[in-house]
Amino acid sequence: MNFLLEPLNLVTFFPLLGVLVLLFIKSEAKNTIRWVALGTALVNFGISLWALSMFNSSNPDLQLASQYSWIQVAGWNIQYYLAVDGLSILLVLLTTFLTPIAILSTWTAIEDRVKDFMVFFLMLEVGMLGVFLAQDLFLFYIFWEFTLIPMYFLIGIWGGPNRLYAAVKFFLYTMAGSILMLLAILWLGVNQGTFSVPELVLKGGIPADVQLWLFIAFAAAFAIKVPMWPLHSWLPDAHVEAPTAGSVILAGVLLKMGTYGFLRFNLQLFPEAAVKAAPTIAVLAVIGILYGAAVSYSQKDVKKLVAYSSVSHLGFVMLGMFALNAQGIEGAILQMINHGLSTGALFLMVGMIYEQTHTREIAVYGGLWKITPIYGSLMLIVALSSMGLPGLNGFVGEFTILLGAFGSKAFGTPIYAILSAIGVILAAIYILYMFQKMFLGPVGKIVEEVKHHGHELRDLNAREIITLLPLLVFIFWIGLYPAPFFNLIAPAVDKLLIPFRAILGG
Amino acid sequence: MTQIDFYTIMPISVLVLCASLLLLLEAFYPKGKQKQIAFFAAFGFALTLGLSISQLGNSYSGFGGMVVLDGFSNFLNILFLITGLLGVALASGYLQRMNINKGEYYVLMMFSVAGMMLMSQATDLIITFLALELLSIPLYVLAAFALNRTESEEAGIKYFLLGSYATGFIVFGIALIFGATATTSFAGIVAAIAQPATNLTLLLVGGGLVLVGFGFKVATVPFHMWTPDVYQGAPTSVTAFMAAGAKAAGFSALLRIFATLFPSFAADLMPILAVLSALTMIVGNITAIAQTDIKRMLGYSSIAQAGYILMAFVPFGDPAIRATAVAAGLFYLVAYTITSFGSWGVVIGLEREEGKGLDINDYAGLGKKYPWLALAMTVFMFSLAGLPPTLGLVGKFYLFRAIMEGKLYWLALIGVITSLISAYYYLRVIVIMYFKNGDPIINKDNLLYMSIALCVVITVVLSFMPSFLFSWASNAMLTMF
Repeated sequence: MNFLLEPLNLVTFFPLLGVLVLLFIKSEAKNTIRWVALGTALVNFGISLWALSMFNSSNPDLQLASQYSWIQVAGWNIQYYLAVDGLSILLVLLTTFLTPIAILSTWTAIEDRVKDFMVFFLMLEVGMLGVFLAQDLFLFYIFWEFTLIPMYFLIGIWGGPNRLYAAVKFFLYTMAGSILMLLAILWLGVNQGTFSVPELVLKGGIPADVQLWLFIAFAAAFAIKVPMWPLHSWLPDAHVEAPTAGSVILAGVLLKMGTYGFLRFNLQLFPEAAVKAAPTIAVLAVIGILYGAAVSYSQKDVKKLVAYSSVSHLGFVMLGMFALNAQGIEGAILQMINHGLSTGALFLMVGMIYEQTHTREIAVYGGLWKITPIYGSLMLIVALSSMGLPGLNGFVGEFTILLGAFGSKAFGTPIYAILSAIGVILAAIYILYMFQKMFLGPVGKIVEEVKHHGHELRDLNAREIITLLPLLVFIFWIGLYPAPFFNLIAPAVDKLLIPFRAILGG
Repeated sequence: MTQIDFYTIMPISVLVLCASLLLLLEAFYPKGKQKQIAFFAAFGFALTLGLSISQLGNSYSGFGGMVVLDGFSNFLNILFLITGLLGVALASGYLQRMNINKGEYYVLMMFSVAGMMLMSQATDLIITFLALELLSIPLYVLAAFALNRTESEEAGIKYFLLGSYATGFIVFGIALIFGATATTSFAGIVAAIAQPATNLTLLLVGGGLVLVGFGFKVATVPFHMWTPDVYQGAPTSVTAFMAAGAKAAGFSALLRIFATLFPSFAADLMPILAVLSALTMIVGNITAIAQTDIKRMLGYSSIAQAGYILMAFVPFGDPAIRATAVAAGLFYLVAYTITSFGSWGVVIGLEREEGKGLDINDYAGLGKKYPWLALAMTVFMFSLAGLPPTLGLVGKFYLFRAIMEGKLYWLALIGVITSLISAYYYLRVIVIMYFKNGDPIINKDNLLYMSIALCVVITVVLSFMPSFLFSWASNAMLTMF
């Protein structure tokens, strides 16, 4: 019982209680199922806030640890080890925060097999939280692979017309990366004698050439997940086919598992290799930023546009992280959260209009602001946040990242920062292009078509506004007063940077 | 015959005795009530299982060093007996539905299991050979058990011809080893290898022939060609039994012979084993992709799985790693046996008379209509592919650890890449079950579904608590000479 009452165990496994309750509810009682799922997710958000209240933000180390020996026989040294620090606390909160929002967004969108949907969704939450909290590589790998399974079903059962292809592609792509990571994990376990991350960090002493191989193996798993150019091709397929709630979680949280993995494992475990790899990663990140933006601009499908914008945004995160200085990494972590909020909101809003019109083709829309003013105004805020307008969250993250990249000793040149600044401009172009085509100008033909089917294009209802409101609060909060968020991150980043200061000087 | 001699083979003797009694009983049993024979067979297996468990921790050598009782054989014997029990559970309803319900079925299975047990205990090549025959001959008959179906007869003949051919290799190999060392006992051979006068080339060729023979038995590429045909043609309950039990028995002999007799030839044999294992994983997994018949697909999958198990044995020559390698192999054998039994069980659940219900597309809609059965199949597919939360993942972890310790990084890389390939076809079953619409029909067979449920529980629960199985497998030491 004590085991379950430890805050991190509780927050990770509480959704399973919801799953258990759901199994006893009849499939026909769809509303009860929705309320149970929503309630579980909300309570879990509460639990994560409780954990936050116990979190000491000035302590750079792992906290609230729940550590038990698990498999300690036959030469195995595997622990059950969950803990949180400044690198992961915000991501944990993001996960528990986005899950109820995503569930709320499915209220009318998912009518088929609601129970199965919610079961998978809550199981996905368990997997994601486990990934962010696990401090033992074996445990981490299990959670990491486990997240694939519910997401695969979410895309495969409730996805769009091409869902089978997208689901299998998503699964195999991600697994392709993680099998290489598996070998690297085993190398560490065999040669360093432990799977515990803090112990491995403390032990260090991996020869430089081996470090590079291990770095590549871990990076393969994470780079596919992020996704970094040129490994991104699964992402647009998965996003376009996934149901809205799936897209929100996919963009909001699952992709962050990749960037978080780089932060927690690649930087902490293989600092020498990270320094060596930094310029290469920077090149890939910059290509991703520019390529993602350019491809976004050329999309005819608004959901695809948002999907490709993720490639661009996460390029910024990678660039900041491998600047290997305080601004870069703090900006990267904050930008992970920002991307979760802004892109999550964008996917939600795309889903809201799609539910009414059943099309995502940009060309058929137009003049929506006049017809649906609330929707239009909220979309404008979210779009501006996504493109990085000062005063909103995106700006804070991107600006800090660019500062970090500009002065990065690991890059040794400001050229990456300059090039990626072009990406900021491109973001403004594709976002505003989308907004202009869909919301301004003459009324699009879709309005007539919807009327033709006997409906009237309606504005957002109360539930939809409630779904979006929490996201908007944080979009403004981070944009106007980001200090509390940086305070949570900074000490841990400072600690993370110790080996890099030794290598790079200063 | 001393007490110790008898004690070493006590479970085998009891099982053979039970089988003989059952054979007698069956002859006089009233027709139509043969379902009870299955019950008696299960009782025989359970009794023997109890005896085997009571022998845990004991280590003896009997009959002048011809058989041995050690942790390794004990571990495997228990696995074989569980295979037997599951085999009975899977068969009892199936045989009735297919109209081939004859009591001999169970008797043959019991003899075959006795052969497997003897094989894991043999420390004399003659005994190994005897055990092999005791194990194989009942299986030839079982493969052809569905007399009303020509495919079954074909499978029986094919299995018999190729199996005898493979046995020929083994006999010839044993003869050459005898020629080189003038003995067939393991202890004698090990002693002879140390003598400068021994013709090592002859010995090595003999060892190679034995490897080829067992390669046939466990279906490694390029000796695998019989497997898909036989697995497809044989009654499914027999296939399940063969895929799990016979394979494990083949590996037990292979491992005991090579790890105890030929560690000094490790440098010569390791590359061969490594290539065999790599080929098996590659060919098995890639060919499985193209299959549309679930039995053939699982057949190729079992070939691929043999490649993984073989992989664990590649670094057998290094004394520092041998224990890990053996333990990893044994652990994976358990994971594979349970999972493969479960998946064959699902196949039996959907198989109709005249070979209907065996196309993968017949599984469409299973997720909606029979969610629990589909969930079970999903667990088995994930376990075979090595995904959490299943025993298959833990097993693969252990396997790859052994390979990493042996520093065979290229083989590990092939291993993980082929598991990725395998995920594709395992996932396809799930895709069809959940994402396609259909109206599957399943048979009524409570015992079958209970066994499947048991396999699911073991597969999932043991993946969270593998410690006990880990320590058991790592203590399952081979007696070395």
